[in-house]
Amino acid sequence: MYVVIAGGGKVGANVARSLMRLGHETTLIEQRRDRFQRLEDEFEHQVQRGDATELFVLERAGLARPPDIVLALTGDDEDNMVICQLAKERYGVEKVIARVNDPRNQAHFDLMGISPTICATSSIMALVEHEVPEHDLIHLLELRKENLEIVEVQIDRDSPSAGKRVEGLKLPEGARLISVMRQGKAEIAVGSTTLEAGDQVLAILEPGKEDELRRVLLRR
Amino acid sequence: MKALIIGCGRVGSTIALQLQKEGWEVTVIDENEDALSRLSENWPGRFLVGHGMDTDVLRDAGIEDADALVAATDGDNTNIVIGQVAQKRFGIQCVVARLLDPARAEFYAKRGMRIVCPTKIAIDELNTAVRECVIPPVVAG
Repeated sequence: MYVVIAGGGKVGANVARSLMRLGHETTLIEQRRDRFQRLEDEFEHQVQRGDATELFVLERAGLARPPDIVLALTGDDEDNMVICQLAKERYGVEKVIARVNDPRNQAHFDLMGISPTICATSSIMALVEHEVPEHDLIHLLELRKENLEIVEVQIDRDSPSAGKRVEGLKLPEGARLISVMRQGKAEIAVGSTTLEAGDQVLAILEPGKEDELRRVLLRR
Repeated sequence: MKALIIGCGRVGSTIALQLQKEGWEVTVIDENEDALSRLSENWPGRFLVGHGMDTDVLRDAGIEDADALVAATDGDNTNIVIGQVAQKRFGIQCVVARLLDPARAEFYAKRGMRIVCPTKIAIDELNTAVRECVIPPVVAG
């Protein structure tokens, strides 16, 4: 596999090293002179110096071949967006992965059809939500392409859904329950499943339906 | 007519002043508060401090009913992103972005964006000038 990585900071350099260890042909592009010199000691000809949003820099790194995948891992979201757009639309690279530095820019990546993306801040926030029980509805997984998400809801004693069968719940359009975790055991949620206090329920729904789902299951 | 100018450097501020003089309602966004000094002392338009990629700032600046947007920050990629957000997300008909790199300018011009590339203009002008230029004779002294 041929991989081009833009951005030789901690993320880019570690990803490059990992890919090289797996035996993949990899080219890393880094703009800053000080960083480049350090990287060159380790990666030799596999690192090139330049601005990866410049076409001649991309071409020198073999974008015209094209690579099997381009990873845009710089610390600048606008740069990562432009790198992915150029890779896909100018050079016909089929797969790109972009790093999102500021989660507020996620919508811009989506708007430009850049996917998949990875955002450390969002991942950490999802884990915080999961670990801190004061959140009653936790986002577990976003299926951005499908426009669906999987959430976890904690049913407690005061929840209106406790003691009710799934088929008797007025779930919002575009939302389904997947499974119920009770005392460490998971079961697929079917119509006859009765929810109980303490259950952790997984649901799949369209983004934006969280409040409606919360109302039906938790009335909050 | 309402215009939003992103980036209040030499270029952005001058365009803002000209449009304002011609009767446009102009809002300027710049990351740096000091950039306001580039506009006239009693600038009658609005000036917001913030990043042009921040949709909250763009909304505060009234992007939703702007007729035109000029992306003139000092970063080509920032201008590319702001331009596309204005066009695709907010549906602004007239979006103009300034790009210094002729290669990126050419690529994005083909993708439905109005790009102005000062480097390309300079290259063309210099090219013409050098061809037309009559070298004055050196006077021996």
